[in-house]
Amino acid sequence: MKNMIQESFERTRLRREIWNRTMVCILFLCAVCVLFILFDILGHLIVQGISSLNVNFFTRLPRAVGEQGGGMANTIVGTFVLLVLAVCVGVPVGLGSGIYLSEYAHQRFAQTVRFMTDVMNGVPSIVFGIFAYVVCVLPMKTFSAVSGGFALGIMMIPIITRTSEQFMRMVPNQLREAGLALGVPQWRVTVDIVLPSAMGGIMTGIMVALARVAGETAPLLFTAFGNRYFSHSLTEPIAALPLQVFDYAISPFDDWHRQAWAGAIVLITVVFAINLFASFFVARRNKFLSGR
Amino acid sequence: MQIYTPKPSQAPTQPLKKEDSFQDIQIQVKNLNFFYGPRLSLKNICIGIPSRCVVALIGPSGCGKSTLIRTFNRMNDLIPGTRMEGEILVEGANIYTKETDVVALRREVGMVFQKSTPFPKTIYENVAYGLRLIGISDKKVLNLIVEKCLRRAALWDEVKDHLNRSALSLSGGQQQRLCIARALAVEPKIILMDEPCSALDPIATSRIEELIDSLKSEYTIVVVTHNMQQAARVSDKTAFIMQGELVEFNTTSIFFTKPSNKVTEDYITGRFG
Repeated sequence: MKNMIQESFERTRLRREIWNRTMVCILFLCAVCVLFILFDILGHLIVQGISSLNVNFFTRLPRAVGEQGGGMANTIVGTFVLLVLAVCVGVPVGLGSGIYLSEYAHQRFAQTVRFMTDVMNGVPSIVFGIFAYVVCVLPMKTFSAVSGGFALGIMMIPIITRTSEQFMRMVPNQLREAGLALGVPQWRVTVDIVLPSAMGGIMTGIMVALARVAGETAPLLFTAFGNRYFSHSLTEPIAALPLQVFDYAISPFDDWHRQAWAGAIVLITVVFAINLFASFFVARRNKFLSGR
Repeated sequence: MQIYTPKPSQAPTQPLKKEDSFQDIQIQVKNLNFFYGPRLSLKNICIGIPSRCVVALIGPSGCGKSTLIRTFNRMNDLIPGTRMEGEILVEGANIYTKETDVVALRREVGMVFQKSTPFPKTIYENVAYGLRLIGISDKKVLNLIVEKCLRRAALWDEVKDHLNRSALSLSGGQQQRLCIARALAVEPKIILMDEPCSALDPIATSRIEELIDSLKSEYTIVVVTHNMQQAARVSDKTAFIMQGELVEFNTTSIFFTKPSNKVTEDYITGRFG
């Protein structure tokens, strides 16, 4: 009996080993695929756009068709303005609701809101654009930076709500009790103890949200609208990198195509920088907390 | 400023006589029933905790000793679905009235938890935090009190050179002493300790026990413990709780040598529990 089991074991060994190797190989290829896609995109961008990426690109306004040169200065500034506006809308509301859900809400209400944020996360970005168009652009009777920032801001809300709630929930209850037992009022416990403990995660959430909306085109199509010049007021249409890239990419001019590639490089660099900043921030915070 | 000067009326240096029946009662529990939802977890508890002595609460897991200690600073308010009947008087005042200022109560009745709970701040700020809350911002005063409390908690020598490091960089035993220093900073009269040593190694444990011993001349200390030797070592009086009932409450030396109750005897001799 024992022999039989041993023999059978020996017989199947080769098959098992082959299977094992094959599966690990397949998984490895999948991982390589992920890298390949990213590097392929980056490669394309650099090959096609690097020639247009010069000082002029960052300092000049777009030129008329057929005129060589020109840049995207207004577009880059516009994207930053829109992102600042989006943060002004998204962070207070998102963080506020996250704090409420984690620290004060009843379970059932919290669960409902959590489900709704998931639904909101899945809403196509163009829908946020339409929404901002209806509540912002129509009453103001003009396309504007404000409405663009609003559209991006409300897109950030569900991400920030979820991540901040999640990270604040991870703060052990004992820490809250310790604060309260010291005679600290509850709101101060939230502000002084819970928030700082969860800050790393909350910042990551904000950065992820920011990185996501930085590249959005659809919500800006009929809110920020785009602008060939610097805009001088937040109630004027404003240029944005993704919009300009989109405009240039569907144009029939080679020079504009090259500029679109360059714009995409800048855009991806901005997103990359935001992510890098987030992980730097988190790392520094963790380093302090663990005491080197 | 007046926060850290010892109150002369309390005469903290006066030696303590354990059998002194004149000792004033600082926490008086009258007919306390406590419910988690429908479950009665403390049954008709009556106990008087004298001021400036160490009272140990012992008993098997889940007997209600933590629940009892948490009623003294109303920490159970935070748990939804709990309800209590009866009265608890701290320094003669019922703390379960509508008018009770819970925040003020918790300043009078400090607490140290089983797991050390340093705030995500520097060592210095952990101690100074409670003071800042009550409006003390003078750097000199803060320095003074922080040093005094860290010394009182026997931690000063170990941390004085890196007060600006994160409190989380300390070891478990150091963190626990920091939590005690933090509790001392706001000048409580009573300190509750909920199994303060159960997460610590024997060396750290003995340091905390020494600390408890040195604090009892100024503070009333109630300590929940699983460890009967610890109760015997640190406390003046011991209360034994079992299945939500107070079985016996007596002077520690008598409690462990001549228990008046059969159940107590069985428990302390390890026949069950």
